[in-house]
Amino acid sequence: MSLSKRFAACILAASLFAPTAFAQTYPSKSITVIVPYAAGGNTDVVGRIVSEQMSKILGQQLVIENVGGAGGTTGSVRAARAEPNGYTLIVGQMGTHAASVGLYPKLAYDPVNDFEHISQLSDTPIAVLVRKDFPAKTLGELIALLKADPQKYNNGHGGVGSTSHVACLFFTKLIDARPPMVAYQGSGPALNDLVSGQYDFLCDQIPHLVPQVRAGNIRALGLAQMERTAALPDVPTTVEAGLPAYQASGWNAMFAPKGTPREIVEKLSAAANQALDDPATRAKLEAIGAVIPRKENRTPEGLKAFVAAEIAKWVPIVKDAAAK
Amino acid sequence: MNELMAMFGAVVASPMIIPAAFGGIAWGILGGALPGISPSITMALLLPFTYGADPTAAVVLLASTYLGAEYGGSIPAILIRTPGTNSAAATVIDGYAMKEQGKAGEALGISLYSTLLGSIFGVILLITLTQPLANVALAFQPTSYVGLGVLGLSVIASLAGESLIKGMMAGFIGLMIATVGTDPVTGLNRFTFDDPELLSGIPPILVMVGIYAVAELFEQSSQPGWRQTNSADASIKMPDALMRARLRVAQVIGAVIGFIEGLTPGGGGTIAAFLSYNEAKRWSKKPEEFGNGSPEGIAAPETANGAVSATALIPMLGLGIPGSNSAAVLLGGFLIHGMTPGPMLFTKHYDVVMGLYAGKVISLFALVIVGYLILRPCIWLVNRPKHYLMAFIFALVLSGVYAIHNSLFHVGIALAFGVIGYGMKYFRIPTLPMVLGVVLGFMVESNYRRALVLSDGDHMTFTEDPIAATLLALAAIFIVISLVRHFRDSLKSGKAEQKAA
Repeated sequence: MSLSKRFAACILAASLFAPTAFAQTYPSKSITVIVPYAAGGNTDVVGRIVSEQMSKILGQQLVIENVGGAGGTTGSVRAARAEPNGYTLIVGQMGTHAASVGLYPKLAYDPVNDFEHISQLSDTPIAVLVRKDFPAKTLGELIALLKADPQKYNNGHGGVGSTSHVACLFFTKLIDARPPMVAYQGSGPALNDLVSGQYDFLCDQIPHLVPQVRAGNIRALGLAQMERTAALPDVPTTVEAGLPAYQASGWNAMFAPKGTPREIVEKLSAAANQALDDPATRAKLEAIGAVIPRKENRTPEGLKAFVAAEIAKWVPIVKDAAAK
Repeated sequence: MNELMAMFGAVVASPMIIPAAFGGIAWGILGGALPGISPSITMALLLPFTYGADPTAAVVLLASTYLGAEYGGSIPAILIRTPGTNSAAATVIDGYAMKEQGKAGEALGISLYSTLLGSIFGVILLITLTQPLANVALAFQPTSYVGLGVLGLSVIASLAGESLIKGMMAGFIGLMIATVGTDPVTGLNRFTFDDPELLSGIPPILVMVGIYAVAELFEQSSQPGWRQTNSADASIKMPDALMRARLRVAQVIGAVIGFIEGLTPGGGGTIAAFLSYNEAKRWSKKPEEFGNGSPEGIAAPETANGAVSATALIPMLGLGIPGSNSAAVLLGGFLIHGMTPGPMLFTKHYDVVMGLYAGKVISLFALVIVGYLILRPCIWLVNRPKHYLMAFIFALVLSGVYAIHNSLFHVGIALAFGVIGYGMKYFRIPTLPMVLGVVLGFMVESNYRRALVLSDGDHMTFTEDPIAATLLALAAIFIVISLVRHFRDSLKSGKAEQKAA
């Protein structure tokens, strides 16, 4: 056997063993975590809090890269097409990995089949809110007003495809009323104009709204989940308020590109779980109004099933609204 | 007085504020000076480092970075005809003209001096009036933003230069470019040609980098030798008493407009620079120098940018509502440390707010020192032999553009606008109206349509909002004055030509 042949054989042998050896030494360098939105937003903050703890667990730095644009789909496309070696991950959310399927007819990725699912990272409650001096005092009264004269009351939301947009589409579909909807460039400006009374009601994730509700600048009429939240203990759930079918939450979850080795996905999933069980990390997430997700959604299979269920829930709502 | 004591106490309690203010300014200047890297990206890059830090030092670091970046943006605007940030676009006009006249050092001195004055003014207002003024942001409705945007666009009429038709044409092209991307109300795709890269539109900074920097490089490469710089060029000259007196009116205009702009976060920050440039020209004793290297043309927009960088924090701190990307990153810095800006911040985290104020004051000193020291190497750099310098600028500008979204597509857009900019120069079509159209188009359109959804399609809504009505009336007056002046001038020159014939 000549030297070059022996060399080639070595390479061949090495390449056969490479995948497992690779998984055992993983991670051997820093990992890029794509956040498909600008820095400072909800997804970014959640991603950073969990990534920081995961870095300690994995012994390698998880580096956040903000790739904003096109409702988060730009960053998601990049993650889906990245090399599946465990060194590029993405923190997606309800918009990028569920509602987008209904919003963008030519979406360049499939949230279920183009990703390996790692773990859900957070859940954020959604509430229905009205401006301070709006006549309705309860969710029931709001629904009655909207049904009586839907054209009279305006909804505001943080932009087409945003959580507040699809959450409101769901709400108005349930009560079968179609009020005019005003699109803002993000949740911040939408909140600004609800506080100043420019429009009547908003359905959005609560973290950034809590201080305004507590200060009495806006009122929360119903929380779209089964139990009340510690952040706003006086706000009834939609179950209590008479619209039990309105169950919605914003969520964040971590994904890897399709084809990432199973061992790596499991290692990342275990690290994410360990991070979410860390008391300090939990406290940081709860401080921004997020809820630690249920155990079953923190496994690769569980998250995959959850994403599929979310798509099944949101896509008809979004498409239904687009058709009218 | 109590607040001064509290601010001093905050510095004693967390002395890390001082290095944070200096570090933030230095980092901000670097990020701002790199074309394509916006103030918010410069700040966001620091976010991970603020996790372990003392909360007060963390927010001081971010707020100082914001100020540094606003100043840093003017350096390439003056030296290489490329605004480092959107809001430095107005500084390009007279800054680069002064550099061409061999007065780069003087232009940079004026920019530093004006940014400093603007931010001193802004910081004083921030410290004394945050709580009462926070609610001004709430008074600005979608209709008001339409008024503000239209007022910004009305500047086209007076900045069009020799041909009003060409100026309007450029402005409309700019507005058309601003329509590319996802429709703000319906979410439909407009002129995206099924390319996902175009879904979020064409970022204004790409247009500016293209028609300013790239076009200038094309132009320069067609000319022999770089004009040799004289020795005065290489030394930084802070304004003397005579110059300071000359700049005063322009700076007052910039400070007031920047202050108002900072309070109304939906405006986007760039309008203040253009509006104050235009106003400074109107009130100047030497309006003819504007566009040909007027020191006031640098002072007005830079004072405005300095003021905005402080007063933009007022609605963010007082209301908890981030109006701009930069404010959103700062909000993120607060959230990471478990603090939520808004009405409760001043009672729950009084010490952090006082520490932030103290940090803003320290950052003013940092701006003077770091801002001055950094100019010498910058001037040295632009005085290198032409062929090295041009290659360097090309690499710098394109890597900055690439870095915004790690996108080669964006590099292509900037190059394409370079060709367009070169063509516009050749046909003597003014580029400024196009930049204004691109920067303001989306803001005006989305607020206009938002206002109409809210009013059920009734256009009278613009007259019912007193702010909008005032701003729109001002815009109308400005346009009429500019038109009258324009036709009078062309009539005069027409007569002069007849006489000559």
